[in-house]
Amino acid sequence: MTVSRRHKAPTKSKYSLRDTLMSYAFLAPALILLALFTFYPLAYGSYLGFTEYGGARFGQGLPPKWIGLDNFRTLIADPLFLKSMVNSVKYLIIVPVLQLASLAVAVLVNKNLPGMAFFRAAYYVPVVTSISLAAVMWDWIYNKDGTLNWILTNAHLIAKDSTFGWLNNELTAFWAVMLVTFWRGFGYYMVLYLAGLQGIPEELEEAAVLDGAGAWKRFWSITVPLMKPTILLCSLLSTIAALRVLEEVLVLTNGGPLNSTYTALMYVYSKAFQGFNFDYGLASAAGLVVAAVALLLSVINFRVFRDDTGGGK
Amino acid sequence: MSLVQQGAPARATFSPRKNRKWGRLVVRYAVLIAVLLFAVFPFLWTLAIAVTDKHGGGSIYDFPASLFPRAVTLRNFVEVYNQFSLGKYIWNSVSITGLTVIGTLLVSALAAYPLARFKFPGRDIIFAVIIATLVLPGETTFIVNILTLNRLGLLGTHLGVVLPTIAGAFGIFLMRQAFLGIPQALIEAARIDGAKELTILTRIMLPLTKPSLAALGIFTLVGAWNAYFWPMLVLSSAPDKAPLSVAVLRLKGQFNYDPFNIAAGSLIMMVPVLLVFLAAQKLFMRGMEGAVK
Repeated sequence: MTVSRRHKAPTKSKYSLRDTLMSYAFLAPALILLALFTFYPLAYGSYLGFTEYGGARFGQGLPPKWIGLDNFRTLIADPLFLKSMVNSVKYLIIVPVLQLASLAVAVLVNKNLPGMAFFRAAYYVPVVTSISLAAVMWDWIYNKDGTLNWILTNAHLIAKDSTFGWLNNELTAFWAVMLVTFWRGFGYYMVLYLAGLQGIPEELEEAAVLDGAGAWKRFWSITVPLMKPTILLCSLLSTIAALRVLEEVLVLTNGGPLNSTYTALMYVYSKAFQGFNFDYGLASAAGLVVAAVALLLSVINFRVFRDDTGGGK
Repeated sequence: MSLVQQGAPARATFSPRKNRKWGRLVVRYAVLIAVLLFAVFPFLWTLAIAVTDKHGGGSIYDFPASLFPRAVTLRNFVEVYNQFSLGKYIWNSVSITGLTVIGTLLVSALAAYPLARFKFPGRDIIFAVIIATLVLPGETTFIVNILTLNRLGLLGTHLGVVLPTIAGAFGIFLMRQAFLGIPQALIEAARIDGAKELTILTRIMLPLTKPSLAALGIFTLVGAWNAYFWPMLVLSSAPDKAPLSVAVLRLKGQFNYDPFNIAAGSLIMMVPVLLVFLAAQKLFMRGMEGAVK
């Protein structure tokens, strides 16, 4: 019977022509879209990084002209690019803070106590919130007359006449934006950690309790080692996400004040689409630098966590 | 079973040990409530502002008064809907989100079927390439994609927003996993009955993988509804076609903006997603957890 042959005896004729044609027909939409909107832009975007291209909207003008490393020289000489790279790297401070906080919260909601399902769900709500809503809401909180200043003045941490807009202040805007990133992220990582925690066998915890290990000791000698793979995944995800921060900056401060919140991807975006330069070549080059740093950081992340496990993989 | 819970039934014995357990419980809940406030405060305040009668005097910055509106009204919703013709933007959001969900489900299911159930030359390479898109650093893709859309004449259209987003590794992978779980015998039986592959896909595979389809659909829906950057970029030359997520921020940027109306507009945007999330909360969390396990 033909039906079973094509699946059970692949050695006779490894592939059936009919199956092959059908498979490619079914795959065609996905492959065409991926080729056009993922792989082609990766390749062409990399090429553009080495060209002079733009000047007019959508590049309607001269075709890209190969200029080798000139874009990268321009970038190195551009203080705004350097500032944006420094800011992007500085943004990585959020990674350990975010990871520790979401792991801690995950541990707290992992007990079978009343209300835990509610807390978990509520903590996840910021994750499913649009950045534009977050921008609207946090703008009010950070306003000169907003909630944050109200809390701080009532706690007598700052004087009433010294309030300022947190997003308009060169010293605070960066951290204010980062808090929004934190707010939108901790529920996401909490759920990932929760999944990891629920994979830890209860007997282990119970045995440790019988041995007289305190909560802290149990956390460090059971939870953390067993959670290594989850911690690696989460720190990897959040490292890359931190390096690629763009939307928060775009909607909250647009890079200001005085470029204090300019991040690397903000630079890429603004060189290509803001103002009237439309410098697609330079923007692509900057994108390549960010991609290279992202790749490097991923490798470092893997290294750090693998060395820690003592080659246990 | 957790230890705290075992110790929880309150008997009238006040040993220091028990007190310490109660103390820990109190601290745990105190921390959880503090985190809760941090997580949901912005929503609560927005809700309060949105339903405040703005003609009752007072600004949104009168604390804590603005958190507890004295006069509640729904007029802000009507006003923002009419003044900024929100209906148009709601429709845009529905159109973009609908197209994205349908497109994603269609493309993912079609691609996943052969990847899960057939042997054909290049299958493993294709699958690897699709999965690779998850880790490829795409910092420059949005630039080239805008140029491509412009050349295709799709810039400023909903299709232009949707097309680049619907073929993704996540959807294909999810559907492939679902298809892998369906017994081969069912498919064989259908083939003996003379069913074509497309019939098998639509009559057997899809009905049996409804939970996965629903999960993918809901994830895609929330993502597409909330998306800001990409629709903003594609539709920057066609402001009338922008979705709510973009329009709401434009309201905020208006010279003379009215925070009560903006809060109402924001809520209009948030409610559908919130309802979907509450209905499919378990699914969301489990979908995320699946990423680790």
